[in-house]
Amino acid sequence: MQHGRTLIAALLAGTVAAGPLWAQATHPETGETLAEDQTFVYRALDESPSIDPQKVEDVDGSKIVRNLFEGLLNTDAEGEVVPGVATEWEASDDRKTWTFTLREDAAWSNGEPVTAEDFVYAWQRAADPATASEYAWYIQLMKIVNAAEIIAGEMEPTELGVRAVDDRTLEVSLTEGVPYFDQMVTHATTFPAPRAVIEEHGDEWTRPGNMVSNGAYVLTEYVPGERLEMEKNPEYWDAENVIIERVVRLVINDENQALTRWMADEVDWTLIPAGQFPRLKEEHPDAATSVPELCSYYYWINLSESGPEALKDARVRKALSLALDRNVIVENIMAGGQPPAYTFTPEATAGYSPPEVEAETMTQAERDEMAKQLMQEAGYGPDNPPPPFELIYNTSEAHQKIAIAASQMWKQKLGVETTLANQEWTTYLTARGNQEFDLARAAWCGDYNEASTFVELLTTPSEYNDGKYSNPEIDALFEEAATSDDPEQQYQEMERLAAEDTALIPIYWYTNAFMLDPAIKGWPYENVSQDWYAKDLYRVAQ
Amino acid sequence: MTSYIIRRLLVAIPTLILLVVICYLLMFSAPGGPFTSERPLPPQVMANIEAQYGLDQPMWKQIWDYLVGIVTRFDFGPSFAYRDRDVNDIIQQGFPVTLTYGSIAFVLATVVGVALGVMAAIRHNTVLDYIAVGATFSAQALPNFVMAPILVIVFTWQLGWLPGGGWAGGQWQYVILPVVALATSYMASIARIARSSMLETLNANFIRTARAKGLPERTVIWRHAMKPAMMPVVSYLGPTFVAMITGSVVIDLYFSTGGIGQLYVLSALNRDYSVMLGITILYGALTILFNLVADVLYAWLDPKIRY
Repeated sequence: MQHGRTLIAALLAGTVAAGPLWAQATHPETGETLAEDQTFVYRALDESPSIDPQKVEDVDGSKIVRNLFEGLLNTDAEGEVVPGVATEWEASDDRKTWTFTLREDAAWSNGEPVTAEDFVYAWQRAADPATASEYAWYIQLMKIVNAAEIIAGEMEPTELGVRAVDDRTLEVSLTEGVPYFDQMVTHATTFPAPRAVIEEHGDEWTRPGNMVSNGAYVLTEYVPGERLEMEKNPEYWDAENVIIERVVRLVINDENQALTRWMADEVDWTLIPAGQFPRLKEEHPDAATSVPELCSYYYWINLSESGPEALKDARVRKALSLALDRNVIVENIMAGGQPPAYTFTPEATAGYSPPEVEAETMTQAERDEMAKQLMQEAGYGPDNPPPPFELIYNTSEAHQKIAIAASQMWKQKLGVETTLANQEWTTYLTARGNQEFDLARAAWCGDYNEASTFVELLTTPSEYNDGKYSNPEIDALFEEAATSDDPEQQYQEMERLAAEDTALIPIYWYTNAFMLDPAIKGWPYENVSQDWYAKDLYRVAQ
Repeated sequence: MTSYIIRRLLVAIPTLILLVVICYLLMFSAPGGPFTSERPLPPQVMANIEAQYGLDQPMWKQIWDYLVGIVTRFDFGPSFAYRDRDVNDIIQQGFPVTLTYGSIAFVLATVVGVALGVMAAIRHNTVLDYIAVGATFSAQALPNFVMAPILVIVFTWQLGWLPGGGWAGGQWQYVILPVVALATSYMASIARIARSSMLETLNANFIRTARAKGLPERTVIWRHAMKPAMMPVVSYLGPTFVAMITGSVVIDLYFSTGGIGQLYVLSALNRDYSVMLGITILYGALTILFNLVADVLYAWLDPKIRY
């Protein structure tokens, strides 16, 4: 029954072809015949904590918000910024002042025009302590004037460095030049909010019937934990070019269950469980896809005072990193086309290519040889191993398999013992954040498509540096990069130093492996953030 | 009897309060909090959020405010994980779902289970008995986390008869698979309890007496054996009913019903204290209530029992 799906598709195609021809619309640009039912159904792992643009905090929630609302700018199929509500934007020479010109026909779903004031309100709302948004930090990250003070409660939200010059002009003042500020306003936190509606309904403004939005879709049904439905917004400025009429999000917690329902044609898009990509690619070559993702999988090494002495020796760290056969992990465990990583920042990051490091050019046999030698130099050998290291990871089959593989490799090649500690998510985060580990599984995904979001973790002051690695040379390079015209050089140098010193153990760069119904076209395969807009998709008749 | 029921209900109040306190203590002893995330929040942002939810107060104050909210306004507080919703809202949406499929599954499991068990006992050591025992054993070997994917593979993917998940406001097509998946193993347990209990009863002296009196077998079973044989079944059914109507994590997760069962586990993992407590109180209150119902049923089944 592997081909059951194709069979059903063929039958359906037969019925359609036999039907009256007048019902068939075609795509205005490509001329492809469009399916009659323009519905797109996708799967989410869990219910999202919020679908309020200023409070949304997860990837799945952002997908919903991106379709219900429209920010100043959008990203296209390649991930480049394109006009959204703003048609033009420019930065001052020092990149500290950004001015956006809003389109005249942008409207809320209740017919009211979208004005610069709606953005000012939204951004103030995100920073306002009364909103208590977890993403208040994003406004701070954007370096908007007074953001930090407002979050700290020292200033009124109205003092935020953003103002409506007139209905169509938004001006933003930053504390320092941010060259990639245009990328940052494609993020959900910066989307406009309808003040009158929020003031009328309070927290319940996000319910269907209450919610007013300015995106290509409006919320029509929301049963948390089960389904969410959006329908085309007739008030959207570009509504005539929106082909998908209905977008449905289903919550399916179990990955395999989601895959079965994809096979049964109940879902158009779902992620592929770890290890199953090769099989699915063979069975469904036109549906199974793997694209690079802006995330890095690695092990933190505890270099703080609570960390083991042995790991403070860079030779031991390097030996552990070298002895880890990444090819076994990406090919036999993950099997989703993930590239093995020898440096931290993913190669798919825009404007960045990883520096070539020694380990990458060697064969695994050479790496193992070097690892053994380094251990010997550090005074350890098979008869004299360092005390066992504790490796913590959060509960997940894939993390467990990788941890087992790593501990086996270290044991066989270096005689190093590792105790594996599987912890429930919040417990694990707490342990990691408090340096209660020797080695810890970790992953980092870029907040925006630029290398600084990754390399910052290697710096001493970073709050996310859970390994407490510290290297003044790297810190200096990071500061230098902030004002550089071509920061790639500094980023590469930081990575090279970090690899030399084994600040952490990079393992692989993520890919996004998913099943997409071949009838759905317009998917942004080249967009590394995989930010899709249902308004750009369409379903062809089959 | 009435005073007994009132007494039991009054005892329930301190029991529930104790439950809340223990729950609170357990939750706060677990590492992390509702706003622990992979990307630690800047301290100021964290402080703003904690102030919003009263988490900056001492624990006794939190427990007190929580209890006062429940008693005076029947308000179980806002959810920590679902930022736009409160606990009342979440329970109002999720509980009817699990109540629906749980009750149907309960009735199905009880009726089929008891019938199978009793039949097997009456036809002890016949082919019918073997089939019934075999069926219950295999059903028990198919717990819901095995049943659920099998049902979806067969009825959704292969046959295309029923939707593989969702609830759609409780339309019948959506209810069938969750009910079957949930009922199977309970049905097997009920059948096995009913069978062994009926076998034991049928060997009792009073049944021999009844038969010796020359009563027809039908009367022996329905009039004399049935009531005492059902005692162990009833004591199993009390807590089982509560477990079934408060939902099953597995069923909710596999079938995306939006029910309350999954929230019980998710809220613990998310450290969503208020949802966790709300569901615990609901669960506790229902357990107390249905244990009482089971006790009252005992008295009806067994005239020897007096309260």
